[in-house]
Amino acid sequence: MSIRQSLLAILDQGPCYGYQLRGEFDRRTGSTWPLNVGQIYNTLDRLERDGLVAKADTDSEGHVYYAITDAGHDEVTRWLDSPVIRTQATRDELAIKLAIAVTLPGVNIAEVIQVQRAASLRTLQDLTRTKNATSEPESAEELAWMLVVDSMIFAAEAEVRWLDHSETRLARASARGFAEPLPLSTSSPKRGRPVKAEPAAQAAQAGQPAPAGPLTTDAVR
Amino acid sequence: MSRALAPATELLRLDGIAQHYGKGETAVTALAGIDLTVSRGELVAIMGASGSGKSTLLTIAGGLSKPTSGEVIIEGQWLSDLPPTRIAMLRRRTLGFVFQDFNLIPALTALENVTLPLELDGWKSRKARAAGLEALASVELDDHANRYPDDLSGGQQQRVAIARAVVGTRRLILADEPTGALDSTTGELVLRMLRSRVDAGAGGILVTHDPRHAAWADRVVFLRDGRIIDQSAPAGVDTLFADAQRA
Ligand SMILES: Nc1ncnc2c1ncn2[C@@H]1O[C@H](COP(=O)(O)OP(=O)(O)OP(=O)(O)O)[C@@H](O)[C@H]1O
Ligand SMILES: [Mg+2]
Repeated sequence: MSIRQSLLAILDQGPCYGYQLRGEFDRRTGSTWPLNVGQIYNTLDRLERDGLVAKADTDSEGHVYYAITDAGHDEVTRWLDSPVIRTQATRDELAIKLAIAVTLPGVNIAEVIQVQRAASLRTLQDLTRTKNATSEPESAEELAWMLVVDSMIFAAEAEVRWLDHSETRLARASARGFAEPLPLSTSSPKRGRPVKAEPAAQAAQAGQPAPAGPLTTDAVR
Repeated sequence: MSRALAPATELLRLDGIAQHYGKGETAVTALAGIDLTVSRGELVAIMGASGSGKSTLLTIAGGLSKPTSGEVIIEGQWLSDLPPTRIAMLRRRTLGFVFQDFNLIPALTALENVTLPLELDGWKSRKARAAGLEALASVELDDHANRYPDDLSGGQQQRVAIARAVVGTRRLILADEPTGALDSTTGELVLRMLRSRVDAGAGGILVTHDPRHAAWADRVVFLRDGRIIDQSAPAGVDTLFADAQRA
């Protein structure tokens, strides 16, 4: 997880105490993902348990400093050298919503897409305004903030583009008669075996493979 | 439809614009009843699938073609009331148009292309030249002023077309995909420039497929099959009026 590695990378610059680490993380990420002190100490505990940091001196004000170990330093190098693989993008929530909506009768899917697109564009407009209010970054902190804002802008853009694409894809599919809603295929109980209650039937089917439909893993990816 | 005086902040109003092409079986409805206003200090983006009517809307708004029905009102003047010479003058003085295919004149240099509307309007050539160079500088092309379009890249030609649309005192800028040939950073440069002209009191319509560029607008209008299906305005009318008053 990136908080763990981010804190470790900061500690690689020298020993810090918990509250100090929080401030360092904040100013290096444009104050976009504020961490609470509890998260910081939890992370430090786990890093210590894994041998990546060790408790160092305590200063006169009682601050406990944490110092990185050799293993911790290696971990930082490994993190910086390897790409981040996005397995679960946040957009999946939207992809799943759209995929489900396509299979339901009586849903105006074009409207679902349009409502989402207008909302995503509004986000994009807000981010662009924020960015437009500042000129070229004039410090490392501002640069860090700008990188984060840009990343959000490009993510919102990707979402809008994906919605445009989905709209066209859907129009093509319905023109060819492939966008019909899916009726339930798992609801009919097995012949000859009376079913007492609905939950029991569902539990019995829980282990079975998912029915064929647009919501295969490929569709969501 | 009343002919009440338009508010002073209103630059452009489209009233029930419809555009049909052809007759009978082959008839195409490019626009079906568009109402839209653009105020001073306001940039409106138009998005929509290919063929949804964006370019048609823009050429009608710019007085380049007459709609089948409906009214175009620019700074309180009903285009249907004006003789062609007055419409041409309006286009030279008030309107800046960026065409989807740039429309540069090959026999003229970049600077001459930019200053052409000013020269036609009787500007002294020294003054026109200074304004032209200023417009070219706003798209970071003043060092290419004496090149001919054929000797410029596609993106550079597009920036010349943009400079021509904002040169001098143009108050209404109508841009059809002005960033299509530009890389991401240059596209942003152009949008920042358009935004600052608009913040200084101009008004504009920007047709774009690029959501990141549409996001520079105060309002995004979505077209589908010649109709407005939705509009998005983030911070809403408040900022819009604040901008208009500042202008
Ligand atoms: N002169 C014409 N005669 C007949 N049909 C036309 C004419 N001009 C445009 N159309 C039709 O009107 C519709 C709208 O065209 P328009 O050029 O406004 O689309 P657009 O939204 O700008 O598309 P794009 O994103 O591809 O530029 C299209 O169906 C087009 O084929
Ligand atoms: Mg077009």
